[in-house]
Amino acid sequence: MKERIYLDNAATTRVSEAVLQEMMPYFRETYANPSAIYSFAGEVKKAVGIARERAAALIGAKPNEIYFTAGGSESDNWAIRAVAEGLRDKGRHIITSKIEHHAVLHTCAYLEKQGYEVTYLDVDGEGKVSTEALEKAVRPDTILISVMAANNEIGTIQPIAKIGEIARERGVLFHTDAVQTYGHVPMHAEEMHVDLLSASGHKLCGPKGVGILYIRENVRLLPLIHGGAQERGRRAGTLNVPGIVGFGKAAALAGETMQERAARETALRDYLIDRVLAEIPYTRLNGHRQDRLPGNAHFCFRFIEGESLLILLDQQGICGSSGSACTSGALDPSHVLLAIGLPHEIAHGSLRLTLSAENTKEELDRTVEALKVIVGRLRDMSPLYEDACKA
Amino acid sequence: MYSEKVMDHFTNPRNMGEIENPSGVGTVGNAKCGDIMRMYLDVDETGVIRDVKFKTFGCGAAVATSSMATELVKGKTVEEALQVTNQAVMEALDGLPPVKVHCSLLAEEAIHAALWDYAKKRGIVIEGLKEPAADISETAAPHAPS
Repeated sequence: MKERIYLDNAATTRVSEAVLQEMMPYFRETYANPSAIYSFAGEVKKAVGIARERAAALIGAKPNEIYFTAGGSESDNWAIRAVAEGLRDKGRHIITSKIEHHAVLHTCAYLEKQGYEVTYLDVDGEGKVSTEALEKAVRPDTILISVMAANNEIGTIQPIAKIGEIARERGVLFHTDAVQTYGHVPMHAEEMHVDLLSASGHKLCGPKGVGILYIRENVRLLPLIHGGAQERGRRAGTLNVPGIVGFGKAAALAGETMQERAARETALRDYLIDRVLAEIPYTRLNGHRQDRLPGNAHFCFRFIEGESLLILLDQQGICGSSGSACTSGALDPSHVLLAIGLPHEIAHGSLRLTLSAENTKEELDRTVEALKVIVGRLRDMSPLYEDACKA
Repeated sequence: MYSEKVMDHFTNPRNMGEIENPSGVGTVGNAKCGDIMRMYLDVDETGVIRDVKFKTFGCGAAVATSSMATELVKGKTVEEALQVTNQAVMEALDGLPPVKVHCSLLAEEAIHAALWDYAKKRGIVIEGLKEPAADISETAAPHAPS
């Protein structure tokens, strides 16, 4: 196996050395339960407090608006289900988009079975939600709008501030799944009129299994887990202290480096996109050309299928991902690619490459060279390509 | 996820390509489900498959089952080729993940489609060969996860 090139940073990232070092003492040295009364616990409590401040600072929030969870999916589930349950006497209509993460979509589908009504907003060819369509969709019984800050597959960034403005004007709570933007794109919860925001630690070089739900002050949200006073009684259970400390450190570092890191990743990303589009025919870029996550490149290569592509890339040591049906065990390709209007056969040939601060131009050059060979080889094997060449 | 044999046949597919003026050619599957297989046959006067080639759009299992299917029918008579089942293809590959079983059905169907075309061109009837479905996505559905 050749030296690994990791280009799946939207799936998860490598924990940074500084984050790991910050976490280590909380396993064997400062291990007390932060809820205890003795001074030993006080040190732990203090560390959790610092982490909470750091997590809040990244989105211009107050520390008491941050609730630690076990990750992005938990935060999404909590936000949507608790709003629905808490406001069911006010209304039972929820608005979301067709391209949300399954943590949102499946929660909405669950609520539909419970008698709620959900409007799934269309997106345009670049994956943007129409704010005009959103305005029309709001009804007197609408209790929640949930639209992701940026799409995890195609990287398109949504007009969150505008959506927040509409939600606030119409008196509807606004939740955003910010798992892909938190620590990567500047966000300010209050300025963007966000009421609830989900984020996850392992997307920003923090540990897995820890996330946050931002709950704006004065927003009443039913508890997720009963059984203790932790997280102001809303999410019981002994705190995952090392994870929380790691989250805090990752958030602090992400805040410090964001501008420079985003500029570098954007430049590398554009270099990758330009080379792939110029050097591999019958290829399209998915998602918005400019309003996209700094590290996200997402392509469809016509006449080939994504899983085959991933296996052959893997044989060259390159880690990517695909929205092809075969990688998910379903027959349909990614709901996101279908929502932006791609026909099935094109959607099957997708490839997502997502960068981190650690990736280099040399790695991308090697990836493009490998892609050219692999795509060519799979097309030689493809009856669709044969037909297209003869036509 | 895949057996070594599947990986081998995917990475080094046997009999991949086209046959000019084939005795029979069949294409099955659909792009909607992400699998299309095309099988070319070169059958001699005595009814023996002298050569076989395939082209496949699909996942690793789709390519591997196509490749294995060509190996299993090459050198056989058309009657013998008709007896090659998806089970035989799967066994020869040391198994497939449950969600990929439909790929082996597609490979069997591709052989049948090519044989059907051959029989039609020759104006003969191959005992036991039914007109293949152009698209097996419906029959494959029970094997797909819910």
